[in-house]
Amino acid sequence: MTTETEIAQNERAAAPDITQHDVEAVNKSEHRSLYKKRVKIHPKRVWGTFRKLKWWIMAITLGIYYITPWIRWDRGIGNPDQAVLIDFPHRRFYFFFIEIWPQEVYYFAGLLIMAAVGLFFITSVFGRAWCGYACPQTVWTDLFIWVERFVEGDRAARIRLDKAPMSFSKAVKRVLKHTIWLVISVATGGAWIFYFADAPTLAQDFILLDAAPIAYMTVGVLTFTTYSLGGLMREQVCTYMCPWPRIQGAMMDEHSLTVTYKHDRGEPRAPYKKGETFENRGDCVDCKACVVACPAGIDIRDGQQLECITCALCIDACDDVMSKIGRPRGLIDYDSVAAMNARIEGKPAKLRPIRFRTVAYFSLWAAIGIFMLVVFVGRTELDINVLRDRNPIFTRLGDGSIQNAYTFKILNKARIERSVFLEITEPEGARMKVVGAAETEPAMTALFELNPDTLQSFRLLVQIPDDMINDEAMDIHFQLRDMSNGETATYDSVFRAPER
Amino acid sequence: MADKHVDQLSGIETTGHEWDGIRELDNPLPRWWLWIFYACVVWSIGYYIAYPAIPLVSSYTKGMLGYSSRAEVHKEVAAAKAAQADQLQAIADASLEEIRTKPELLEFAMAGGKSAFNVNCSQCHGSGAQGAPGYPNLNDDEWVWGGSLDAIHTTITHGARNTQSDDARVSQMPAFVKDGIFTREQAGQVAEFVLSLSGNATDQAAANEGQQLFEDNCVACHGEGGVGTAELGAPPLNNDIWLYGGDKATIVESIANSRAGVMPAWGKILDDVTVKQLTIYVHSLGGGQ
Repeated sequence: MTTETEIAQNERAAAPDITQHDVEAVNKSEHRSLYKKRVKIHPKRVWGTFRKLKWWIMAITLGIYYITPWIRWDRGIGNPDQAVLIDFPHRRFYFFFIEIWPQEVYYFAGLLIMAAVGLFFITSVFGRAWCGYACPQTVWTDLFIWVERFVEGDRAARIRLDKAPMSFSKAVKRVLKHTIWLVISVATGGAWIFYFADAPTLAQDFILLDAAPIAYMTVGVLTFTTYSLGGLMREQVCTYMCPWPRIQGAMMDEHSLTVTYKHDRGEPRAPYKKGETFENRGDCVDCKACVVACPAGIDIRDGQQLECITCALCIDACDDVMSKIGRPRGLIDYDSVAAMNARIEGKPAKLRPIRFRTVAYFSLWAAIGIFMLVVFVGRTELDINVLRDRNPIFTRLGDGSIQNAYTFKILNKARIERSVFLEITEPEGARMKVVGAAETEPAMTALFELNPDTLQSFRLLVQIPDDMINDEAMDIHFQLRDMSNGETATYDSVFRAPER
Repeated sequence: MADKHVDQLSGIETTGHEWDGIRELDNPLPRWWLWIFYACVVWSIGYYIAYPAIPLVSSYTKGMLGYSSRAEVHKEVAAAKAAQADQLQAIADASLEEIRTKPELLEFAMAGGKSAFNVNCSQCHGSGAQGAPGYPNLNDDEWVWGGSLDAIHTTITHGARNTQSDDARVSQMPAFVKDGIFTREQAGQVAEFVLSLSGNATDQAAANEGQQLFEDNCVACHGEGGVGTAELGAPPLNNDIWLYGGDKATIVESIANSRAGVMPAWGKILDDVTVKQLTIYVHSLGGGQ
């Protein structure tokens, strides 16, 4: 097989403005042995709708990633003022007006489930839209290719440079490229750590070498992964390392949109010279603009392939050629297998985004979202947890009454001090005593002064007279009430007594 | 080795072995795998040099970093001790009542007391301090020697009926039958009377017989109606809490031969702060007065 580099020299003009690329896709499956060294891919710059869309998505996603930790959010004096902060030492997660305690980590689980089901939904409708547009691997690789093109030039220039013997100017270009890559990689790792500590403080400490070792290690690891995955490994990550391309087939059916070469319209393909007619032939002029644009190194005209991340750059490349030769755009386009088969059979080709599969995924996604919203809206800032002592199970007191001891945890999620009343609404006759309280006599209620934003633990002794006990295991119902705003929290536990 | 053999279908050399006509292709290892393997080899050399690695006859290679897991433990223990220093000092400086009512001191003392209790006290009093015959339940509100903070502190510090401390709690109930004060029958009558104090008498006639004997011999310590006298270590007899057991045979046994439980003087064994923490813990269990 002749190498791409040699072939690249032979590019010749076919029709005005159309470059015929005499190349073969480097990742064509029949040539791709698992034991062959990777052949470097030199994607060519394209212009068009999807390229523009991808620039925007890159700007927005990277913008969110880099800027988010720097957004401030006032929570009062002495509290973190970072809008999004994962505070491991204090075991809190802050997201704008939301503050999550470790006990509420199920919100995270819910969000992750929503993300997964949302991905299933998107995949069933649009195919690998995640892979093509939003996956960090795609976004950073795109950015790295942009840098590469900026420093070394477009495809032909890069192929020439790779082939050229080492020279001063080649060395300068290489060093410059890798330096910019490394700067981006460090910035990637650097942005990550700002989510876990106050960003301005950490940035200062980081530069002054005062930050925690874990911060430098995290930046180091993420720098290495960004640089090697985005700069060096690129499409190999998607083809060999990522499980998602293997899984996503389960979400797709013949109605799922995917980047498709419409072979019913394109074949038989043939080179085209200006002035020829398109009768008795397909629209594909075999210019291979789609092949040279492909960052995965495949030929989309071979059909749907594992390597294709549906980045849609071949659509732009082909549309460009189609407009130049005066044929309709969309020879390569988002299309479904069902629509293409319908066209071949002469039936009207219709896209069906609404079908059982997509409706099911969306309903599931929405149901989880609504459930989480309801749970979140009903979330209180006061909570109790009661743990009954199991050793001893109960104690008989001198007056014959039975005593149980409970470890009583009160969570005050509000950032204010509050006074709360505890009472036992069931059974009647229960009296309680709080260890550490000033008064030592058992009483009907107990008063707690709570510090802001803390969990406080108390030992509670509950006594019930023997004649009020009717079972060896009685339900006991604790109710905690905030005196100022009436907020309540309840807990049902068990009161144990001797067999009767 | 067998002769060189090339698989016809794939054109790849085989390993030369054959099992029932099956040959294994000698494909090269994946490069990523090889690189990780080489990296591990390099890493292991560095590890051998930096860390303890090779066992010798009576020792081992120490490594250039001088790392030792035992030293790490000592360091962590020392760090934990240092972290506790402030609170331990605060407990040493505070009165028991102050510790009881200050939440942060109380929490620390209860945790420290619990761990000291589990190590030193649970063997007799049980892991939940629920007691056993002869060893008082510390969760209830009956105290042989008093349930106030100070009384508990004194009992823990000096113990009972030991030879370690001159201030140990001592009480000496006569062995009424063994010493010839009561006959067996009289002991039974007194036992019935004692049971009647908590409404558990089985033989009211015997109880009535025992009343006079109780008033003549027992009231001095156990009080009128058997209410008990903590100062003398005489437990109340008018409720359902029994140190040795509340059935008639056990009570007769207690009257006939007396009882004299022993507790070590923990003040001689543990430091003051630990004894204070134990006091707070025992007081917090449920019956502290």
